[in-house]
Amino acid sequence: MDEGRPLFIQIAEMVENSIIDGGLAEESQVPSTNELAAFHRINPATAGKGLAKLVADGILYKKRGIGMFVTTGARDALRFRRRDDFADQFIRPLVTEARKLGVTVDELKSMLDNWEEAP
Amino acid sequence: MNARHDLTVVDDTPVIASVRNLTKTYGDFTAVDGVDFDLHADKIYGLLGRNGAGKTTVMQLLTAQNRQSAGTVEVFGMPPFENGAVSADVCFVKESQKYPDDFKVRHVLTCAARLLPHWDQAFADDLVRDFDLPPSRKVKKLSRGMTSALGIVIGLASRAPLTFFDEPYLGLDAVARHMFYDRLLADYAENPRTIVLSTHLIDEVSDLIEHVLLIDKGRIVIDADADDLRHSAFVISGAADAVEKFVAGHTVLHRESLGSMARVSIDAALTDAQRAHASSLGLAAEPLSLQQLVIRNTTAYGRGASLTSDHATKESVS
Repeated sequence: MDEGRPLFIQIAEMVENSIIDGGLAEESQVPSTNELAAFHRINPATAGKGLAKLVADGILYKKRGIGMFVTTGARDALRFRRRDDFADQFIRPLVTEARKLGVTVDELKSMLDNWEEAP
Repeated sequence: MNARHDLTVVDDTPVIASVRNLTKTYGDFTAVDGVDFDLHADKIYGLLGRNGAGKTTVMQLLTAQNRQSAGTVEVFGMPPFENGAVSADVCFVKESQKYPDDFKVRHVLTCAARLLPHWDQAFADDLVRDFDLPPSRKVKKLSRGMTSALGIVIGLASRAPLTFFDEPYLGLDAVARHMFYDRLLADYAENPRTIVLSTHLIDEVSDLIEHVLLIDKGRIVIDADADDLRHSAFVISGAADAVEKFVAGHTVLHRESLGSMARVSIDAALTDAQRAHASSLGLAAEPLSLQQLVIRNTTAYGRGASLTSDHATKESVS
């Protein structure tokens, strides 16, 4: 686990990642609090807090006595939200490092234009 | 990225033990110095602190192994001292527990089964196999690690509503320690109860514990949710003048410098925007791990009280 950020947020993000990449389909059941706790070797209360956050955000919903399920539409909602964060998480460090090396924004743009993903 | 850290949960679980102004003196040495805290039902606590900080004494007072010099102790609503109703629900696994000389492993387990009303024999049998304990060997012939494993088996299988583990793994290797953590978590999930883990191996247990009690020189210096502590202090490093500008106005826990570089620990939860600001200034802003936080909040050798948190020691920079 990444030190520093609250563990329950990291747990919530891991579940979100599985929803975004399709590992957890909409309307499928997500792992229980105890399963998450045992797998990640963390306190069950922390895992439960992570799931509770996703319920509060509308990403998961509870079926009483059965467990938690992925809400229909959760995948698009998460992608949309992650795009908002994209600039902060990725563009900002990119521009900071570029500036440090004396790379201008125009040069960065042309690097991106000519960027081909490795096969 | 915003407003993510405000999921503060009000602690509404019942208090099962509490101490107020708890004090224990031995002659002119004060081992525990006016301590107040509560233990709640069904939580895993980390009781942390240096050797001699008073951890074991606090546990002895809570488990009626010792009597306080002043203050009050209540466990399940009653004073624990010579109180059979309380001790039936409490299990204390001591560091280097001694057993009668000619006891074999199975004798110890039979005694535990008789004395501990919540004992689960099937679970104990599983654990004995997991830790490879030889039931017919005399306890005094066990290796140090095996003696520790025996204590762990008793502590877990006791299923006591209040279980203390005092440095339970002297001599246990990493594999056996992780088996302990795994079995503890799995059994706690099925059978929630209050567990107090006193340990030096803070990095290993930091994800297991829900609440931290840090004791230094007989006093509680941190009593907080473990997840809240995880982002409560940061280390800022980079060019000294930029670092100093950034930390201005924050409480400084620690400061180091090398030439034109500086590394300063501040007692502040940085927002994502503040972290982004630090990185745009070319500074690294890393959160303090629980282990580092404990080091910064306890008294170090030769530095006097300059790093404790409760005096005028958190120098304020402005």
